[in-house]
Amino acid sequence: MASPVSSVPAEEAIEAAVEKPVERGEPILQVRDLEKHFPLTQGILIKKQVGAVKAVDGVSFDLYQGETLGIVGESGCGKSTLAKVLMNLERATAGQVLYKGEDISRASGRALKAIRRNIQMVFQDPYTSLNPRMTVGDIIGEPFEIHPEVAPKGDRRKAVQDLLDVVGLNPEYINRYPHQFSGGQRQRIGIARGLALKPEVIIADEPVSALDVSVQAQVINLLEQLQDEFNLSYMFIAHDLSIVRHISDRVGVMYLGKMVEIGSDEEIYEHPTHPYTQALLSAVPVPDPSGREGRERILLSGDIPSPANPPSGCRFRTRCWKAQEKCSIDVPLLAVPEVFRGQSTPAAHASACHFAEDVDVVGAG
Amino acid sequence: MPDQQPNKPAGVPEDSSTELSSAFPETPTLGAMGAQPLLEKEDLSHTPPQSAEAVSVVDREVARSLWQDAWRELRRNPVFLISGVLIVFLVLVAIWPGLFTSTSPLTCDLSKSQLGPTSGHPFGFDTQGCDVYARTIHGARASITVGVFATAGSALLGTLMGGLAGFFGGWIDAIISRIADIFFGIPILLGGLVFLSVIPSQSIWVVVGFIVVLGWPQIARIARGAVITAKQQDYVTAAQALGASNSRMLLRHIMPNALAPIIVVSTIALGTYISLEATLSYLGVGLKPPTVSWGIDISAAADTFRNAPHMLLFPAGALCITILAFIMLGDAVRDALDPKLR
Amino acid sequence: MSTAVSARAKTGDTEEAPLLQVRDLHVEFRTRDGVAKAVNGVNYSVRAGETLAILGESGSGKSVSSQAVMGILDSPPGFVTGGEIMFKGRDLLKLSNEERRKVRGAQMAMVFQDALSSLNPVHTVGTQLGEMYRVHKGSSRKDAKLKAIELMERVGIPGAKERVNQYPHQFSGGMRQRVMIAMALALEPDLIIADEPTTALDVTVQAQVMELLGDLQREYNMGLILITHDLGVVADVADKIAVMYAGRIVETAPVHELYARPAHPYTRGLLDSIPRLDQKGQELYAIKGLPPNLLRIPSGCAFNPRCPMAQDICRSEVPPLHAVTEQDGRALPGRGSACHFWKETLHG
Repeated sequence: MASPVSSVPAEEAIEAAVEKPVERGEPILQVRDLEKHFPLTQGILIKKQVGAVKAVDGVSFDLYQGETLGIVGESGCGKSTLAKVLMNLERATAGQVLYKGEDISRASGRALKAIRRNIQMVFQDPYTSLNPRMTVGDIIGEPFEIHPEVAPKGDRRKAVQDLLDVVGLNPEYINRYPHQFSGGQRQRIGIARGLALKPEVIIADEPVSALDVSVQAQVINLLEQLQDEFNLSYMFIAHDLSIVRHISDRVGVMYLGKMVEIGSDEEIYEHPTHPYTQALLSAVPVPDPSGREGRERILLSGDIPSPANPPSGCRFRTRCWKAQEKCSIDVPLLAVPEVFRGQSTPAAHASACHFAEDVDVVGAG
Repeated sequence: MPDQQPNKPAGVPEDSSTELSSAFPETPTLGAMGAQPLLEKEDLSHTPPQSAEAVSVVDREVARSLWQDAWRELRRNPVFLISGVLIVFLVLVAIWPGLFTSTSPLTCDLSKSQLGPTSGHPFGFDTQGCDVYARTIHGARASITVGVFATAGSALLGTLMGGLAGFFGGWIDAIISRIADIFFGIPILLGGLVFLSVIPSQSIWVVVGFIVVLGWPQIARIARGAVITAKQQDYVTAAQALGASNSRMLLRHIMPNALAPIIVVSTIALGTYISLEATLSYLGVGLKPPTVSWGIDISAAADTFRNAPHMLLFPAGALCITILAFIMLGDAVRDALDPKLR
Repeated sequence: MSTAVSARAKTGDTEEAPLLQVRDLHVEFRTRDGVAKAVNGVNYSVRAGETLAILGESGSGKSVSSQAVMGILDSPPGFVTGGEIMFKGRDLLKLSNEERRKVRGAQMAMVFQDALSSLNPVHTVGTQLGEMYRVHKGSSRKDAKLKAIELMERVGIPGAKERVNQYPHQFSGGMRQRVMIAMALALEPDLIIADEPTTALDVTVQAQVMELLGDLQREYNMGLILITHDLGVVADVADKIAVMYAGRIVETAPVHELYARPAHPYTRGLLDSIPRLDQKGQELYAIKGLPPNLLRIPSGCAFNPRCPMAQDICRSEVPPLHAVTEQDGRALPGRGSACHFWKETLHG
């Protein structure tokens, strides 16, 4: 948390940027070559670095104002670490996170606090994300205590009650404790806390995966409704591809610390060109037996390799049925593949594969 | 989320609610007993026939914190009630021994040496001819004082050290943990014999200080673990994401959630500290006459047990009851605060 | 898939008694707060070679009912308070503990959600697999190990000869679940109960494991009960589905028909409320409210406070499981709906 003297001008620049409005459709968050490596050390007293877990390893993408960017991937692909780095809960090892054009990945002190007002998070587990010893009013009111300038002291109780109302909870519940609520209601409380500072960006890490099916839809609808109401930009991280498709405007697919394909929801779901995306989509069970008869299922062999020791070249090659020698040598770049370059098909979107090919695996239009 | 009944002792699913749930404001909701969810706002608006009634019922239900729940749990536990009554009595004896006896423990009459119980002197006399009943009553003060202050001291020191180690981790943790290990490694009786025999003062505070010095590592270990567990919870990350300072995270989020195991271990330790004081006094390195203490009296009575068993039985019995009361209290507190440990 | 269809057809033709028949099962949990009625009169049957999926949310009683069948209910606080569980012609509830223990493992086995906590971390996978043979069949240590390797190969664990000596933590989630399946399979049981077997796994691995379960079931002609909350997983492998809500079966149907034409408002709500991979929908339909508290199940139909179709009768009368028919009265075999208004739900 050391803040070198040289960062002072940057700090002011960030604070100025925070106030700057962003047009709808302009990038609000630009991520460039972001890396997060966790060192693996040996030794008790004298720690020697023997390697690193490359949780996020060179990820770039843009998040536009007012849109929802879905990030999908299996466990261990680095999507949760990515969220933590964007939230500045973990320091990036390398790369940049540009928020309205200013790099915030090394921000600290006042600048960091200013950013926190504008980028907030919704957590996965509604049972561990609320402090069991605090009342709902204290939980949702805590942002105001940390940022007193947002709501004057006298207005706070009213502000908290308004937030409860916004997320569909009875404002009378302000003095209750989290254990008196069900999972879905707790998730609403978590969302209200995230909204308190009127942020522009919300990073939601698996916000509905811990909820019952019938309650999931309520929370997803709430998130969509809030986005319209407050003009929020979402980064929606999930492993459930169906939910991501429903809520996202654009989708990025991660595998072993890298973004392998990114595009609009139609491009990714109907014209996936990366073999991993195709396998992932084909594996998703569709709740309609007749709908899946025409679908071909790609069964991947093997498991995800360890992020401490990823394969050379393309990281997916160890499980890929198309892999050739080239894949073990050249790292494929995330760009529009050569075969589609200059074409206006939906298949012409960024995909990190040497042998990209448009295959519709979902089967329905 | 899949069914989880088998994993929960109570077998009650977590997600559960109807508008009726709020009609039972007395339902305890501690820990594993499952949430007692409330009406969703939508329900109110979508079910007009019930809404008016439901709202008024909801309002009557009081919000209860986990501490309040634990207190309700305690009050219903007979072990707590029995130990509580005993402890209140013992504390009264310790503070105002004059209420229970008018005889001074230091006025002794050698002519009555080792006499058995007689009228007016229900516990008989010791070798010095002092009234055993009076000495037993007055001895409570030493035991309770040592127990309470040694516990408070080691809990404070242990929580502070363990909390710092757990919160900051890294080299701070390494240093504190190694220091704690060193103190933990000292055999408490050997340490007492060596340490207390070289200190000339025989004040009760020396004994308290000695117990704190050797007792804090036990609390520190628990505190460190509890802080590390609490630190990893999402609500701490959420506070950090809101821009909370270290002190806010530690004091508002981590400490309140790490306190339960510390309280539990401290209450259980209280009983053992009382017995430790008695042991040290018995060995002649703890409290020394003219301080009146059960340990001293037990020590003195041991030699004459065959001739005058009453000299040993009464102070030893008082000591046993006191230790038992505090350990039972610790048990009850653990049941209420930490149902998982059951 | 063709072999599966023929296997199903075969069992469907012969009118033999079902492998497992559960009749009017009641289970309750006696807690300090009162009696939680987890299962309230459940009926179902499974034939050899057939897959029954029990679908429900948390607290629906889907896991509890199968724990009762398996005889592994935590008791207390759980008690089976009524009904019978006929397994191969015997009522399991009338057997002694010793007799039930013999049925468990040898004739019916269970696969759990969390493979890591179901395996003993201090023994090698081979030892744990081999133990099944050593305990139940008295095999020698060497034979047991060979059998273990054979089983591991059977469930598709690569390098079984080497991995047999590894410990559970050295296996990935998917491989561990395969070990669990191997263990369930060891004594070639007639019935396997899989409780959320793929919930903890990633999608790509999920597909592998479900496929394996289906293959093995066909190969050994076992009955399979698949307990899940995931409507998608069910659609792939099940022959028939029972939907549970608040301890009752609210709808039963062959798998295709349930998705195409649900006959209970709860099923319909569930289907409408999940986003689809192959369709970009508008706002999701959301079932309002929350699943009921089992200590205080609403009177009448338990779903009535959340049901868009609820009438007075729904609040006063518990709907029986009606046999569902076409509009012209043609019977729909295997279909049932515990809704007073099943006709309106199905046809309207």
